[in-house]
Amino acid sequence: MSSVLHAIVEPGFFGSAQVHAALAITGAAALLCGVIGVFTVVRGQSFAGHALSDINATGGSAAFLAGISPVWGYVAISVAAAGAMEAIGIDRRRGRDIATGIVLVVGFGLAALFLFWDTTLSGASNATNEVLFGSIWTLSPGTVPIVIALGAGAITLLAVIYRPLLLSSVSSELAAARGVSVRIVGALYLLALAAAVALTCVAIGAILSTGLLIGPAAGALHLSRRPWSAMASATAIALAASWLGILLAYDSYYWPPVGNGWPVSFFIVVLVFLFYAGARIRAARG
Amino acid sequence: MTQIAPVSADASPGTAPALAVEHVGAVLGGRQVLHDVSFALGAGELAGLIGSNGAGKTTLLRVILGLQAQSVGVVRIGGQAPGRRASGVGYVPQKFELDPDLPVRARDLVALGIDGNRFGIPLPSRRRRELVQAMLRAVDAERFADARVGELSGGEQQRVLIAHALIQRPRVLLLDEPLASLDLRSEHEVVALLARLAREQRIAVLISAHDVNPLLPAMDRVVYLAGGRAAVGRTDEVIRAEVLSELYGHHVDVLHLHGRVIVVAGPGGEQGSDLTLAHAHGTDLEVSP
Amino acid sequence: MVNAWTVGGIVAVIAGLVGFFVVLRGSAFAAHAVPNGSFAGAAGAVWLNINVLAGLGAFALLGAAGIGWLGHRDRQDVATALTLVLLLGLGALFLSFTAESAPAAYSLLFGEILGVSNNQLVPTLGLAAGCVALIAFLYRPLLLSSVLSELGEVRGIPRQALELAFLACIALATTMTVPVVGTTLIFSLMIGAPAAARSFAGTPGRALVLSVAIAVAIVWLAIAAAYQLDLPVGFFVGVLSGAAYAIGRAWAAWRGSSARRSARLPASDGGPNDPASAGAFGGS
Repeated sequence: MSSVLHAIVEPGFFGSAQVHAALAITGAAALLCGVIGVFTVVRGQSFAGHALSDINATGGSAAFLAGISPVWGYVAISVAAAGAMEAIGIDRRRGRDIATGIVLVVGFGLAALFLFWDTTLSGASNATNEVLFGSIWTLSPGTVPIVIALGAGAITLLAVIYRPLLLSSVSSELAAARGVSVRIVGALYLLALAAAVALTCVAIGAILSTGLLIGPAAGALHLSRRPWSAMASATAIALAASWLGILLAYDSYYWPPVGNGWPVSFFIVVLVFLFYAGARIRAARG
Repeated sequence: MTQIAPVSADASPGTAPALAVEHVGAVLGGRQVLHDVSFALGAGELAGLIGSNGAGKTTLLRVILGLQAQSVGVVRIGGQAPGRRASGVGYVPQKFELDPDLPVRARDLVALGIDGNRFGIPLPSRRRRELVQAMLRAVDAERFADARVGELSGGEQQRVLIAHALIQRPRVLLLDEPLASLDLRSEHEVVALLARLAREQRIAVLISAHDVNPLLPAMDRVVYLAGGRAAVGRTDEVIRAEVLSELYGHHVDVLHLHGRVIVVAGPGGEQGSDLTLAHAHGTDLEVSP
Repeated sequence: MVNAWTVGGIVAVIAGLVGFFVVLRGSAFAAHAVPNGSFAGAAGAVWLNINVLAGLGAFALLGAAGIGWLGHRDRQDVATALTLVLLLGLGALFLSFTAESAPAAYSLLFGEILGVSNNQLVPTLGLAAGCVALIAFLYRPLLLSSVLSELGEVRGIPRQALELAFLACIALATTMTVPVVGTTLIFSLMIGAPAAARSFAGTPGRALVLSVAIAVAIVWLAIAAAYQLDLPVGFFVGVLSGAAYAIGRAWAAWRGSSARRSARLPASDGGPNDPASAGAFGGS
């Protein structure tokens, strides 16, 4: 039995402190993404969810330039971008798509400037990569409290607006008829999304932020149409994919072609996609 | 009143009705949505396709358009079965939303009715321009021909879409709930316009609606759908308590109030599982099981 | 420098053309995902030591096909997001296999338009011609289905095939433009210029021409400014695109409010024989 286990789990996996930290962080991120992702998919705001993570390059590079922790840059730019998307107007589906795109365009423009200054003024050529891809393995202990506070804040906000948000996500007309201010609920939801995306970007990088936000929720919505069970399945899928992905990434240190391991984001994204495909096939069968 | 001739499979195009629906049944997601629906419309006739939500109206329209396959039965346009590309049928979709930012004028949308499905860039031509102008005049849309379609009112958008559908001279015009989001006045105008177009252009017009009243003054014929079955005939033949009770499978009352008709469910309601084909009252009215 | 002007102009024409339909159809996410996902192809090509253009093209088409295929029975935005992260995950894998990552990543994102070489001109021109031809071929069905997809369907235009063909246009535009201007720049041009143009011009033809003109103006202005001030081109393109969009929105709002004002005067919003309201929408 133990030899089988050793074939799957390379030695040292359960003893490594780095692995423990990675498992905890992705666990928290998976929980948050599972809950917020279901709303994001139902409301058709996947692009906004992804754009908020991409735009963190702007915040990260600005923070790098100012010499402060990138987390603050992420948080500031996410909230600002969410506010801009809301201000431009996202009531119509096509208009929303363009509004998100424009915010992203301006964000990219600024990022080009900040990254240019990062490399020319402070000579930090690695800033680009760090900002763009993040890394599960390199989260500094100082940022952990901020990440926890952000996550708790996002979850609390979501719990407060849960019922009006659900109603207005299903039908904005119904919600308006019940006296819900659809616009304010939408803005608060975007704020929660911005916080969640900022923290997942810090913890697991921009690629995984979108992957864990959209993939598990979209898969779960094929399996269940009830909000609670959809959130539960989304969280379960996100957890399974990220923990299995970490395990595989750890194992891959012994794989070709190079001895430094395959990126964990690759494994998690592929696993998320496989779960999604499985859910769709199951739903199609009946 | 116009008579519907019984349609046979080998009717020649010259004498065939513009639209003939023969014993059509349709299944959607494993559910039987239409049961043995039959009716025919001649050129110049206007008919209402009446039924509540889920009665099968949109499915029937999609079958006629060839966008959805029927499980049994035949649809003929001018005596011929339509292909996938139902060029003999014009269509105005249900509950559309046009973006006010669209850089497309009413005139452009009508022109796309001529050749919107062809590849390549359209070459400017005088004939094309005149055709569009004539069509805009026919639907009273010249006033707002150069405004963006997304900025027009609901009634004006209906006119533009009707012109878009009619410019290729179809034999049949289908409209899916065109009155749903209109105010009373535009409702009136659109119905009057459709009645005039049916007469002048010699086309068969089929209008789906959940309320029969706005169509009462213009309708030559009604196709009343309930539970996927249809009752067909003149308005005063179909909108009657006996006929609709049989169609619904339970008792309904038909009330007349200041020239308006109100259909209400009556007390009780035995399920009409043992309905049989009935030729009622010696007319061409049919209630199919 | 001359090369930068020429290539910048070509790229802007393509972005203005393809972007016109991107904005009309609300496909901004796809226009972002296809170029960004193609980055994985470039990374893979660097790792395997093959032609970068081939890698880019293959992955751009792969992304387009993925979005079209997955979007068939799910929300388009979900399909786009999933395709994108899958490609980015692959890109991260390929990058980890190669040593030279940081500078390569920056240039793929923001391009090196000021360093365009002569032998990049020919493939760019060839791909541009193909892209223009494809858009011209699909012009009318794309326009009709962008206005109201049901109308296109009734006229026998298959919705999914048309969507796939359009995504292929984006992929083609991506392949030719990413190596010279980077993924973010092409995205900026595809969104900003057409979104501004549709506010000013009310007919499809004029909006299309204006979209191309604005895109070319943005690129040339940005190159000049970048050269003068020694700052990245991407910065100017992003900011100018945003500014063009903002001006367009302001113009549309002003036009809308003045149209409403003059429409209110004749005490009618359009009776059948009401010549007074004829000029209310006029304008274009």
